[in-house]
Amino acid sequence: MTHIAKPRVFHPSLEKNELGLTRRDYEGVMSTLCAGCGHDSVTAALIEAAWELAIPTHRAAKMSGIGCSSKTTAYFMSESHGFNSVHGRMPSVASGANAANRDLVYIGVSGDGDSLSIGLGQLCHAVRRNLNLLYIIENNGVYGLTKGQFSASADMGSKSKRGVPNEQPPIDPALLGLSIGATFVARGFSGDKQQLVPIIKAGIRHPGLALVDVISPCVTFNDHVGSTKSYAYTREHFREAVEAAFVAPKDFVAPADEITADIGSADVRDVRMHDGSVIRFRQVEGDYDATDRDAVYGYLRERQNAGEVPTGLLYVDPDSRDLHDVLGTVDRPLWNLPFEELCPGAEALDALMENYR
Amino acid sequence: MEPTNVENPDYYHKVVDCQWACPAHTNVPGYIRLIAQERYDDAYMLNWESNVFPGILGRTCDRPCEPACRRVRVEEKPVAICRLKRVAADLRGDITPRFPEIPKQKNGKRIACVGAGPASLTVARDLMPLGYEVTIFEKNDRPGGLMWTNIPQFRLPPEVLWEEIDYILDMGVDIRYNAPVESMKWLLEQDFDAVFVGSGAPRGKELRLPGRYDTDHIYIGIDWLESVAFGHTNSIEENVLVIGVGNTAMDCCRTSKRIGGTNVKVMARKSKPYFKASPWELEDAEEELVDIVENHSPTEFVVEDGVLQGMNFDIVEWHENDEGRLVSTKLDEAFFPAEAVILAIGQETAFPWIEDDAGIEFNKWREAVVDKTTFMSTREGVFFGGDAAWGPENIIWAAEHGHQAAISIHAYCNGEDLRKRPPEQMNLVSAKMGLHEWSYSNDYEYAHRRKMRHVRLEERLQSIETEVEEGFDLEQTLTEVERCLNCDIQTHFTGSLCIECDACIDICPLSCLTITHNGEEAELRTRLTAPAENAEQDIYVSEPLPQTARVMVKDEDLCIHCGLCAERCPTAAWDMRTFDLLKPYAGQDAEHPYSGLGIEEMAPGGLVSVTP
Repeated sequence: MTHIAKPRVFHPSLEKNELGLTRRDYEGVMSTLCAGCGHDSVTAALIEAAWELAIPTHRAAKMSGIGCSSKTTAYFMSESHGFNSVHGRMPSVASGANAANRDLVYIGVSGDGDSLSIGLGQLCHAVRRNLNLLYIIENNGVYGLTKGQFSASADMGSKSKRGVPNEQPPIDPALLGLSIGATFVARGFSGDKQQLVPIIKAGIRHPGLALVDVISPCVTFNDHVGSTKSYAYTREHFREAVEAAFVAPKDFVAPADEITADIGSADVRDVRMHDGSVIRFRQVEGDYDATDRDAVYGYLRERQNAGEVPTGLLYVDPDSRDLHDVLGTVDRPLWNLPFEELCPGAEALDALMENYR
Repeated sequence: MEPTNVENPDYYHKVVDCQWACPAHTNVPGYIRLIAQERYDDAYMLNWESNVFPGILGRTCDRPCEPACRRVRVEEKPVAICRLKRVAADLRGDITPRFPEIPKQKNGKRIACVGAGPASLTVARDLMPLGYEVTIFEKNDRPGGLMWTNIPQFRLPPEVLWEEIDYILDMGVDIRYNAPVESMKWLLEQDFDAVFVGSGAPRGKELRLPGRYDTDHIYIGIDWLESVAFGHTNSIEENVLVIGVGNTAMDCCRTSKRIGGTNVKVMARKSKPYFKASPWELEDAEEELVDIVENHSPTEFVVEDGVLQGMNFDIVEWHENDEGRLVSTKLDEAFFPAEAVILAIGQETAFPWIEDDAGIEFNKWREAVVDKTTFMSTREGVFFGGDAAWGPENIIWAAEHGHQAAISIHAYCNGEDLRKRPPEQMNLVSAKMGLHEWSYSNDYEYAHRRKMRHVRLEERLQSIETEVEEGFDLEQTLTEVERCLNCDIQTHFTGSLCIECDACIDICPLSCLTITHNGEEAELRTRLTAPAENAEQDIYVSEPLPQTARVMVKDEDLCIHCGLCAERCPTAAWDMRTFDLLKPYAGQDAEHPYSGLGIEEMAPGGLVSVTP
């Protein structure tokens, strides 16, 4: 926790995006998380990504549940909409919000406790619905707010701060997502923003649910020797499966130059998304194919069995269709429909019902 | 880059830009914090230790510290350091019991000082506590040198001047008034162990133009100011031209306005960006309705029948030639009527009393050849300092020269090597007092620089004795002290503790921090979180970090010492540490021999909260 307010003074070279905003304009209130919490770095990555994408701050909604992770939404984009909901219920509240207003950018931040225990069912069905939502799981393997009990993502054999090993198998959000039809699955590390920021950018622009599992160490309860979610362990076992850079569709005309700077041009493969945006993958692992769900699943199982933490924008479905697309809802956000259209009256209902007789 | 060596006191000293820029290295943030705690005596003594004349300098200093102040990198104006110094002086109680004891038993060494200006007085201040017998020869009937003769009373009230000079004379200095030294050879025969020449730069420069000697209404600025100071001159004609646009010119024009000059013009050859006067002195003159006329190069004094009519000028414009030198082109001519002209175009040293065969070498401009390190002339045992050494500087430089000359004189009298200078050292202690508690006020103060209140124009022009500046009131003081960024509270990094969580980088409001792979400095500077473009400011580079062998890099340029990096660091790899420069003084072993303010006194138990 910090009591000092972050001074509103800036480096003179602070850049502005096309909206004329600086990174500082995407900040939120001061974090009250523990000093060194990985979640604060995720916050910084979100700020960077939102700034780079030049998201108008009033056109975004931040959704969260309960837990250390769910406090994160207060720490960025203080001018955006926000809903801090009940434990594990962020996906449902986000579904409702998204159903009512499809025009906003939805950023959901959850944790391994919030999403893999109490909210596991919520997560699964949000994935199945393919809600247009960036779904970040700040994954630290413990319940930090209640002093460090193992969470459902704790690895077998990972030791608690008092030295007791976890003996229950973990729920891996990436494998889970792949198995239930997620159209965007990524894993990052709070200590590597170079990798995380492009993933978040691609996730925000992904038409559907972008499930991003971020290893985000708990400095207070899970950063010791013997933990498999510590800074040191993650760095040591970190394995990048594929490197991704993202280019929004407005740059589509000549994306190659734009992204070459980030990623180089050797061994690259461009995946063109439905909306015209491009994700450029640079092969790190030989023939890794981020659009082949089964192969990615196999790769993750294999590497994780070998004790590694595979990371990167692991899987993307270029043909992803989000909830509104699948349901064929009107383009106009529901909240903005004239009452007569939204609720056409008893006669229209009767006419509709006639169809089913 | 090699890992930065922060054990070298210079590294952290440079971060304290004001202290580094101050010739006497006064601990500026230290005394500002003492003022914030209403510890005015301590604040005064901390000043007195290094700059010897806090009350005088709090009104008259050339303020090399203020342009250097870090605050100007994040907002418009620097902290009003000089004004706060005056606050310490104005609000101090009786500090005389804290002055060093003067040994009754003298050490048998006798030192002669020529001129009772700030340089000689500083030599005396530093040597008297060591048991030296110091004799000062002063040509006037009172001490102070140019501080008395050239700084008008409306800027520096005489009682302030005498009080601080008396602190030194009361140590038992043998001061001889009305005793101009007329022969160096005579002085050298007087059985002194060393001689210090602090006779200033007392000769005003001449302007040899037609008509110069056809009238007695053309005055040399510094001589004229001296004559006013002594009361020999108490009026001037209505229309006055002041030639030159340095600080002496400002004193001349403002003095003129008070003793009869109604239409006073300062005539400058160049345009404003090239003026030598401090901006604030220029502002004060303009506030008193002095006309500053740019780009007028004097060509002739117009005198008819022995009566000064005015002056002719060429109106010029300036441009840089191919060699980058400023050259002028004449556009027109102009006549300015005047009944009096004051020449304030510079001053120089004058040593008519030093014989050619006295063993002291002079250069072709007849300036003494003085060693920059030891302050000794080519004659052993004869030292120079203040304006007498290398021409006109200012009071704060004179004080520092005095300190250095005293160190040399002490070494000389003890038969030690003058080139072996006692080293500067430092103390560095954590400013952490507890959870979220630091021994300094690190909340950023957004207030702009407080404006000094001046006595009303009509009132102040009535008398030469009315001090123009009223000093800061409590509200101004308490706001201004908070504007200080506490640059002496250093961000200290211990690489072995770092877990590379990025918390410090994410929180830093000025984008000062980066973890990256090492490289050559020029290249490394370009790939930081924000490019480090100010080459005058160092970048800090850590040892390779434990987990990835990358390095922590900090650009010192824009750090506002808010302490958030240390606050957000989970392992205390970043810590805020109070830096305390230990400046050596002649013959003193104690860490702060004159103020007695060690680091424990400077950062004792957090700030006392003060309310107006």
